[in-house]
Amino acid sequence: MSLRGSVAIAGVAEFKPSRFTVGETTLGMLARAAMDAIADAGLEPGEVDGVITANFAEAPFMAPATLVEYLGIDAKFAEVVDLGGATGAGMVTRAAMAIAAGLCETVVCTTAARREQRSSRPGGGSFSGRRIDRTPAAEFEEPYGAIGANYGYAMIAQRYMHEYGVRPEQLAKIAVAQRYNACHNPDAIFFGQPITVDDVLNSPMVVDPLHLLEIVMPVAGAAAIVVTSARKAKRLKKPVAWLLGAGEHTTHRSIAFAPSLTHSAITAAADDAFKMAGVRRRDIDLASLYDCYTITVLLTIEDAGFAKKGQGGTFVDEHSLQFDGDWPLNPHGGQLSFGQAGIAGGMSHVTEAARQIMGRSGVRQIRKCEYAFVNGNGGIMSEQVSLLLARSGK
Amino acid sequence: MSDEPQTYGKPLPEPNTISKPYWDAAKEHRLVLQRSRKTGRFVFYPRAVSPFGADDTLEWVDACGRGTVYSYTVARRATSPQWNGDEPYVIAIVALDEGVHMTANIIDCSPDSVRIGLPVEVAFMDVTPEVTLVQWRPLGA
Repeated sequence: MSLRGSVAIAGVAEFKPSRFTVGETTLGMLARAAMDAIADAGLEPGEVDGVITANFAEAPFMAPATLVEYLGIDAKFAEVVDLGGATGAGMVTRAAMAIAAGLCETVVCTTAARREQRSSRPGGGSFSGRRIDRTPAAEFEEPYGAIGANYGYAMIAQRYMHEYGVRPEQLAKIAVAQRYNACHNPDAIFFGQPITVDDVLNSPMVVDPLHLLEIVMPVAGAAAIVVTSARKAKRLKKPVAWLLGAGEHTTHRSIAFAPSLTHSAITAAADDAFKMAGVRRRDIDLASLYDCYTITVLLTIEDAGFAKKGQGGTFVDEHSLQFDGDWPLNPHGGQLSFGQAGIAGGMSHVTEAARQIMGRSGVRQIRKCEYAFVNGNGGIMSEQVSLLLARSGK
Repeated sequence: MSDEPQTYGKPLPEPNTISKPYWDAAKEHRLVLQRSRKTGRFVFYPRAVSPFGADDTLEWVDACGRGTVYSYTVARRATSPQWNGDEPYVIAIVALDEGVHMTANIIDCSPDSVRIGLPVEVAFMDVTPEVTLVQWRPLGA
């Protein structure tokens, strides 16, 4: 059973990111984003029969049921997705699977991150209070300060530079282009704050070779989408974003155990998505790529098949990645400049691709958007989910 | 990094029945690894099952204690608050001669002297009376 053309994204909602929240609950944010997305699709809550969310601290168990109850939805499918930054893209795939299998017809997928100033997590944050964590990561990584993601992506960048070479200016250009895009998105956390390549290279070195401006800044926010069946999508009045292809590949949890630091699981995920869609790389009008760090984008450009291995730096030199350039990347500003609201940061690549296909991105709308490639990346290049979204479901 | 056991405030491994031989050996300043009886290939970290098949079993053997830096970063800012004041320090993936990868710090050298491919040897850091961390230092340092 192929998922090609089986579902469409019919509604999207996204909060303007903020540095901090005050007195918010994640559940409340998840629910508001979900309701906004349902309304955006022109549907009533009663028409939604599936709910997908991510794990969240307030409901460490039975998160889907907690949300179902809060929303007052009668769910035939209630699920949690746990794929790190690839969760948003993975929700689309799982909603499509449930709908295509006939379990339900319309699924709301919602993600949110609150960030209270007092309780904001320091660093890895796993060590506040006693815990029982018998994961290999806790035993063989964390005692060495291998905590969070910065160190891992830095080691990827270091190895990539060793094997293939990429100039710091080329990596910096990725951050600069996304900041340009963010300066055309009033919702972006860095709206109105353009940067140059020199700004990136002169920003403090955090973990060699990554500078501060090559690293995402955590924010609070929420994002949700409504995925519905082809039958229902065709009856809606507004444009929708059709799912043409999906692929997924997970290889490791800790970067030390990745099969390779420079050849990621994105290749397998993207190949499957393109194959299912029957779309070629050169047909893609928009790249909506998970961007926790500049190096992530460079690897994704190569591993998803848009540039040969080792040629990512040249690709960045030869193309404009601005929304008004010849190879539009993350018109909303990406996580690097729109903001990374936890799991909702990864969902932002789905919401922006859907909005662009629907023609609803305002001043940053790209000229032609028939086909969008979305890649979600979780952990330290651990979980990969690729999606092909299109204006037509045919 | 602190070498005063009583003030050690960083996360510590909590050995379990599977990993106990590894940490017990480290305490004796020995590096041991699991090896597949079927394929002869080494496995790290310690596991309850062999990744090479249900008919395989793993045996503990002494490792040679040599390797090279596969990749590394110099943390100019602490990666977690417990490392505040230790910057700059090196986090690395070491490729052991046995063919497995391991995360560790490269110690006993200037962080800026570390390079990919640097030959390293195992070092043992007694961080508490109970726990010895397996670390790596430049060969002959």
